[in-house]
Amino acid sequence: MYKKIAMAAAGAAMIAVSASGSANAGPVLNAIKQKDFIQCGVNTGLAGFGIADSQGNWTGIDVDFCRGLAAALLGDRNKVKFTPLSAPQRFTALQSGEIDVLSRNTTNTLTRDASLGLHFVGVWYYDGQGFMVPRRLNVKGAKELNGAEICVQAGTTTELNLTDYFRANRMTFKPVVFESAEEWRKAFFAGRCQATTTDVSALASVRSVDAQNPDDFVILPEVISKEPLGPMVRRGDDEWFAVTKWVLNLMLEAEEKGITTENVDQMRSSTDPTVQRLIGNRDEMGKKLGLAEDWGYKVIKQVGNYGESFERNIGKKTPLRLDRGLNAQWTQGGLMYGMPAR
Amino acid sequence: MPFWSNPAVRGGVYQVTVLAGVFALGAYLIDNTLDNLAARSIRSGFGFMAREAGFELGESLIPYEPSDSYARAYLAGFVNTMKVSFAGIVLCSILGLFVGIARLSKNWLVARLASFYVETLRNIPILLQLFFWYALIIEVLPPSLDAINLGPGVFLSKSGLLFPLPLYDPAHAWVGLAFLVGIPAAVFYGHWAKQRQNATGQQLPRLLPTVGLVLGPAIIVFLILGAPLTFEVPVFQRFRFVGGGELTPEFLALWLGLSIYTSAFVAEVVRAGILAVDWGQNEAAGALGLRRGLVLRLVVLPQALRVIIPPTTNQYLNLAKNSSLAVAVGYPDLTSVTNTSLNQTGQAVECIAVMMAVYLTLSLLISAGMNIYNRVVAIPDRR
Repeated sequence: MYKKIAMAAAGAAMIAVSASGSANAGPVLNAIKQKDFIQCGVNTGLAGFGIADSQGNWTGIDVDFCRGLAAALLGDRNKVKFTPLSAPQRFTALQSGEIDVLSRNTTNTLTRDASLGLHFVGVWYYDGQGFMVPRRLNVKGAKELNGAEICVQAGTTTELNLTDYFRANRMTFKPVVFESAEEWRKAFFAGRCQATTTDVSALASVRSVDAQNPDDFVILPEVISKEPLGPMVRRGDDEWFAVTKWVLNLMLEAEEKGITTENVDQMRSSTDPTVQRLIGNRDEMGKKLGLAEDWGYKVIKQVGNYGESFERNIGKKTPLRLDRGLNAQWTQGGLMYGMPAR
Repeated sequence: MPFWSNPAVRGGVYQVTVLAGVFALGAYLIDNTLDNLAARSIRSGFGFMAREAGFELGESLIPYEPSDSYARAYLAGFVNTMKVSFAGIVLCSILGLFVGIARLSKNWLVARLASFYVETLRNIPILLQLFFWYALIIEVLPPSLDAINLGPGVFLSKSGLLFPLPLYDPAHAWVGLAFLVGIPAAVFYGHWAKQRQNATGQQLPRLLPTVGLVLGPAIIVFLILGAPLTFEVPVFQRFRFVGGGELTPEFLALWLGLSIYTSAFVAEVVRAGILAVDWGQNEAAGALGLRRGLVLRLVVLPQALRVIIPPTTNQYLNLAKNSSLAVAVGYPDLTSVTNTSLNQTGQAVECIAVMMAVYLTLSLLISAGMNIYNRVVAIPDRR
């Protein structure tokens, strides 16, 4: 907790002290090239999205996005340093310049767009808020939760959505709000609350990791909010914004085009102009973004396309067992739609 | 002699210069912060305080709804902070007094146990102790479905301690009024008894009449009005017991953790205070023929309190500030409300500033209260 206050205070101090000069073209991009690594803000530990193993290696789809940026900009997926951030810390860390990009399952909302001085890059995971309850309580739907105690994590849109849902349905509840994700999970799985709520993906994630027996807990069918999660950058460097935006779109479109880590070398000689624009040097896409000409190749070769990252981190074969659902390609009935690189 | 050689003038000039420098630095920082916030398109100002907060609080002493304003949410959080601070100060004082006296006990076992208590508790970080108490409550106690029934209407479970609460009746206002009348009566009796003792040397009983005067009128009024007393008893609903009074696991963990941790420090202060009074004072008082209890009350305690009060003030302040660790165990205190508000509005500078101002105010209030008390117990003639 003191870390959070310290960070907010440090953020305020940095904003106060740093000169208020106008933004040069690409100050963030230049700084990254100079220091030769990207400072990426991630979750303190959410399996499948951003989590460090016992050796300190970070994995997750949010982590993969930062690795993709490093591969595109610096040519090496490992030229990235991770800053684990709690929910209340994350915006201050980005505003103050402590991190270059925030890739930490963060929902895009109007208020955040309008009042934080930050930009959302795009949608990296379409999520929604749901409820999880112990199976023994025999709850079939969220409408039965009237009067329940609900464990939530502080500093997320979760609290507001939860309150809105119960107000709209004229039900009451009692929140138990925890600062750290760890305490929140411990308390829920110890039985402190009759229900817990957060994004469905995160519910699946914590159930797979923290529950003694994951089958003792059920995720209720209701999804009470739209949570388009995505990375964010600070305003003031449009070139950096463009790079992040197009690395995201590259990974989406590469999946649509069937370019994977395995076949990217063969695909490099493909005659399909779109593939050539993505991973070759046709029309100098890299140059337009201020990147090396093989930026797309490096991203796919070193990190993979969106679908590969999804399956590796949160898909059916992982403990999270998440469906592609809304996150399937638009050609497969999902919402993932890589904008055309041309 | 030129005027700049005059020490008073020079001192004045130095002080004014330093003060102006501090103000200039402060103004520069504030101005620069506002400039930079604007340059980064981060919204600033305190307008959000009047907007709807939109989030629910787990517990609140004042009525609070999600449709209330952020200001109201802050107030509810502050009241929760006050609640746990006040309850903590009371409990840590009682525990600290007993343990401090126990450490001076001639009984070997009692003294050792008290030493063990102090050395263990003051050497483990408070945050760990809070986690310990909270884990103890939520891991060991049964879920609310299988709550332990401790007595009629008293239930203990992972959802906390629930107990019957007397419902308000109009007659209770009169009882309260009678109680308020009893206090000056008791004070007046005390004065009168003292004057009489000074005049005649005759001692009147003190304790019983005082208690009787304070509680008597209230009890009589209560009985005359027909002893109206009904209880709201907790009832089990779909998930848990609802109604009556409630001590949540979050409050209990925080309250116990803070009180027990701080009591170890208070115990040492009490011990130091008692040891600071020279043993010769006891002997001298005994030689005058005073009984043991009177020696303690009239001779030892007044001198010990002089030593005890200032460091105890520090401990009370520590307790109040440590209560901000509440977020770790999910208690909705001021810090918790600030966290949520900060996240919803994104206005970190304002939210943290308000929080700091409120904690400062709370600390200064406690400090002021203790200073007044210190002046009362200080020995007037000593400088």
